Amino acid sequence: MNTHLINRRQAIGGLGKVLGGMAAIIHFHPCPAIAENALAPGPKKSVSSNTPPSPAAAQSLPNYDPTAHDWTMAIDVEKCIGCGLCVEACKQENKVIRQPFYFRTWIERYVIRKPEAGSSEMRGETVVDSPNGGMDGFPPSAVPPSEILKAFFVPKLCNHCKDSPCIQSCPVGATFDTPDGVVLVDPKYCIGCGFCIQACPYGCRFLNPVTRTAEKCTLCYHRITRGLNPACVEVCPTSARFFGDLKDPVKAEPLRRFVSEHKVQVLKPHLGTHPKLLYAGLDKEVR
Amino acid sequence: MNPDLITSLTEALAHVQGYIYPNDISLVWSVVIVVYPYLTGLVAGAFILASLVRVFHVRALEPIYRLSLLTALAFLLVAPLPLLFHLGHPERSYEVMITPHTTSPMAVFGFVYAWYLMAVLLLELWFDYRRDFVAWSRTATGLKRLVYRLLTLGVFDVSEKALHLDERMGKAITVIGIPSAFLLHGYVGFIFGSVKANPWWGTVLMPIIFIFSAMVSGIALLMFLYLAVSRLRKTPVDMACLNTIGMFLFYALVLDAAIESLDWIHRLYEAEESVDVLVLLAAGKLFYSFLLVQVLMGTLVPLGLLGTALPLQRRLPPQVLQRIYLASSLLIMTGILAMRWNVVIGGQLFSKSLRGFTTYKLEFIGHESVFTAGLLMLLPFGVLWLLTHFFWPPQKASATSAVPSS
Repeated sequence: MNTHLINRRQAIGGLGKVLGGMAAIIHFHPCPAIAENALAPGPKKSVSSNTPPSPAAAQSLPNYDPTAHDWTMAIDVEKCIGCGLCVEACKQENKVIRQPFYFRTWIERYVIRKPEAGSSEMRGETVVDSPNGGMDGFPPSAVPPSEILKAFFVPKLCNHCKDSPCIQSCPVGATFDTPDGVVLVDPKYCIGCGFCIQACPYGCRFLNPVTRTAEKCTLCYHRITRGLNPACVEVCPTSARFFGDLKDPVKAEPLRRFVSEHKVQVLKPHLGTHPKLLYAGLDKEVR
Repeated sequence: MNPDLITSLTEALAHVQGYIYPNDISLVWSVVIVVYPYLTGLVAGAFILASLVRVFHVRALEPIYRLSLLTALAFLLVAPLPLLFHLGHPERSYEVMITPHTTSPMAVFGFVYAWYLMAVLLLELWFDYRRDFVAWSRTATGLKRLVYRLLTLGVFDVSEKALHLDERMGKAITVIGIPSAFLLHGYVGFIFGSVKANPWWGTVLMPIIFIFSAMVSGIALLMFLYLAVSRLRKTPVDMACLNTIGMFLFYALVLDAAIESLDWIHRLYEAEESVDVLVLLAAGKLFYSFLLVQVLMGTLVPLGLLGTALPLQRRLPPQVLQRIYLASSLLIMTGILAMRWNVVIGGQLFSKSLRGFTTYKLEFIGHESVFTAGLLMLLPFGVLWLLTHFFWPPQKASATSAVPSS
């Protein structure tokens, strides 16, 4: 098995080199229609990041030591405006198939109705949608504004679980976790059985119809191993996504501060998958 | 990229009900995967029926002992093919055996399968047939003679002592074989039951449900095969044997229905977060395949038919009994196929958001189509025909209770 681990690492290294090169030439194009269509537009910021990449680190892949890092992401639901830039950036950066059936990250819109008149309920029905994964922003909700109690957006991506059912279920070990805390798929090893897709409680995986292998968020492994942020974090105009390295006191600081200042949750905690992806501001309706 | 797939998914997108996670729109496991637990279940059921003769000395079932074993072998040989057809990279399938990831139920199934084929079924058949191989290799001619000679593996000793050893070995292997058959299909149940992400699958009862449904389908298949073979060969049907199969089929079906009912009672009583979507699934998307085919036509009607025929078996004319048994076996086999459909397809129709449903459009021609699934279901019958040609020559009518096949 050790031999295969080395092979996988080498494979990821090779993949990272190729994708890293591509990343350098990709620009993110904000779609003008996105902000107009957003249900709850907020103050716009220029594209920013929580942890500015250092130019020196961007060259450091050959010396990258995965045991010296522990990558984690946290999401502030209150900050997400549903602009869809993260989805677009992910699709571009990772060459994700653009049809609306394949997403490494997507945004869900939750619209909670007011209770029926005369009802003793606190709140009414919850309507959830994610047209094209939220990539094009969101059209006005089908629920008339006067009937909306509250509405919010929830970005979704791989939870990079510590006890991930996808890794447990892969029959050949093509899905594995790296020493720096990322769950990855080796497409050269995956047999395309789809068991990991069934095992993921969060719907974060899909079978790529071209490569016929499982695909999912890699936290932009090709970028983070060069000291860059994942594409979705990089483009988020409201800094709703916090990303950091828990083994690096400087890079972990914004993330640690966020976690200390907010009450954080994980998705579907009852399943015991122990996601690393943390959320602040989740409503009980979010699954 | 396959444009048909995109067209099909675009159509499915228009028919989504409620909210599904975007990646949940396509069903990863298709109708071809429905065939896999179906075939595996038939193997386990057929073997367990054979073991009734060998271990539990149910003499009435002796006429179908060898047919049961050959059926188990024919279906077992075809059982992994649906998986191969389904894999995105079938050329890498050997990795499951060479570098298995031992925490994966699917990887360990490879070993359970290999154990069952090599250590149980082939060994048992060899010890059971060794005497005949020696005899046939002397009397047969041409290709058959060569086949039988090869199958003796060079052992031509048919002394009383050697035959006694064969008998003891056969019995010992069957004793190991019964838990192995339970393991084989219980394990298929575990592949689904271990998926905690999916509340329709992830129940501890799943392996048990699979074991009982396997027994039911395997016994029903043997009932059908015995009637069909007797008809084709124009040999008389041993009614004592048929009635005994009917009895075991009835009891197995009662147990199976009880366990599945228990599963539903448990789900409804616990009424966890997922119960709403599962009730909608069973009563809506799966109305025909679950309530009508599996529950009504595949369980309640055959229970009624068998429950009426068995107490009246001495009064009813054999021809009538045979027709009741034939109808029951076909209904039960269809019901269990529907059960596999409801598990495999049903479990993917609702999203893990537990808020909505996708749709599944059956392809009729293609890689993972009804045509492929149909071929894979017919293939074991072809293999069985070949096996019976070599290893199950027509029996001479000997039983006194035998009557001509209707």
